[in-house]
Amino acid sequence: MRDMVTGAARAINWNRLEDEKDLEVWNRLTVNFWLPEKVPLSNDVQSWATLRPAERELTIRVFTGLTMLDTIQSSVGAPALMADAITPHEEAVLSNIAFMEAVHARSYSSIFSTLCLTPEVDDAFRWSEENPHLQQKARLILQEYAAGADPLKRKIASVFLESFMFYSGFYLPMYWSSRAKLTNTADLIRLIIRDEAVHGYYVGYKFQRGLERVSEAERAALKDFAFSLMFDLYEVESRYTEQLYDGIGLTEDVKAFLHYNANKALQNLGYEALFPPAACEVNPAILAALSPDSENHDFFSGSGSSYVIGKTVATQDEDWDF
Amino acid sequence: MAGLVYFSSSSGNTARFVQALGLPAARIPIREAEPMPAPTAPYVLICPTYADGTGAGAVPKQVIRFLNDPARRALIRGVIGGGNRNFGPTYALSARIIAEKCRVPVLATFELAGTETDIARIRDGLTLFWREPCLTP
Repeated sequence: MRDMVTGAARAINWNRLEDEKDLEVWNRLTVNFWLPEKVPLSNDVQSWATLRPAERELTIRVFTGLTMLDTIQSSVGAPALMADAITPHEEAVLSNIAFMEAVHARSYSSIFSTLCLTPEVDDAFRWSEENPHLQQKARLILQEYAAGADPLKRKIASVFLESFMFYSGFYLPMYWSSRAKLTNTADLIRLIIRDEAVHGYYVGYKFQRGLERVSEAERAALKDFAFSLMFDLYEVESRYTEQLYDGIGLTEDVKAFLHYNANKALQNLGYEALFPPAACEVNPAILAALSPDSENHDFFSGSGSSYVIGKTVATQDEDWDF
Repeated sequence: MAGLVYFSSSSGNTARFVQALGLPAARIPIREAEPMPAPTAPYVLICPTYADGTGAGAVPKQVIRFLNDPARRALIRGVIGGGNRNFGPTYALSARIIAEKCRVPVLATFELAGTETDIARIRDGLTLFWREPCLTP
């Protein structure tokens, strides 16, 4: 990175932060680093054999679609965002994001080589290149990443890719997992979902910082752009979902998941929800598959008979060593 | 009067949630130099989660500092957790840790800045929650 004024090359100094979020996210991402080899995918071989041929074809196609998005994000999206970085630390975080997206793309091939036959996989890759909806998804995002595009629009596109467009695909391994199928594959996908959540959060945060530097009129125009891009992406995402999931009767369930994630993507940008609550009622089995073991006794939604008032108990200061 | 205390980082999700609730609330500052709220009545804490994959770092440092003071800690009655289900097992983990340490209930959890449904549910829940202790003095 060069100094904007003098043009001198600058060495990154992590002890002089301009934005503390950069270090926070760097630490989060580096601690969360993983490789597909750490997941025992071969334990899913027997489970894979219980899927019907159409279910296997669907799964391979869904994973090929996800591979395409990860490939775009790794080789085009994150590098394009890097050129727009305000701080050198932001550039470094984006270099981590670019690499992890390559790890994600690579891990689908680990799943394929463990579970599938080569001709099935080759067919699916061919399908991904010929599928008009998948290609349209890629086109809509790539045109925002193109050289000369507005840096803030690029961030909007990136957040939508990371926090919305993956979810028509992520639904399926969560669905299998909720039925005790391909559970190791689901573990790997959860690692990807965790990374994408940090990426969407971080780029959304940088977008909000960027908004503070532009005029009220530009802010309004960017918001219009974001909602209009979301409509376009949702349109193609719906058709893609129907084509994939009509055959096993899951389209409506997937769409609720899409609405829910579209709203979350908009929240990452600091915007309000687009889809009303009734359209976002995600199948509880899918939510449970997404965050296993995180359930607590949610007091407000508990039944009246278990209504107990909390009492504080004196705690010692040494308890507070978190 | 009973109230709310919350923490929100510079990404502002929890702050947006609290604003949508529309109830009086004191913010734990992001910067160490700024003064901490000093509640004089029982309160519910609203806290987001920043855990890494191992669960470490779930409770923000500033919230730990706030709770490290025995006088402030003595007035906590419940905790509401913010988070993102995409973080799997660590979803809203900070609320569970605080609840365990302070022996108070996790009242509710919400994702990011909450949905319309979350906001209505939590606002109603808080109203009931604060009414109840009056019946059992």
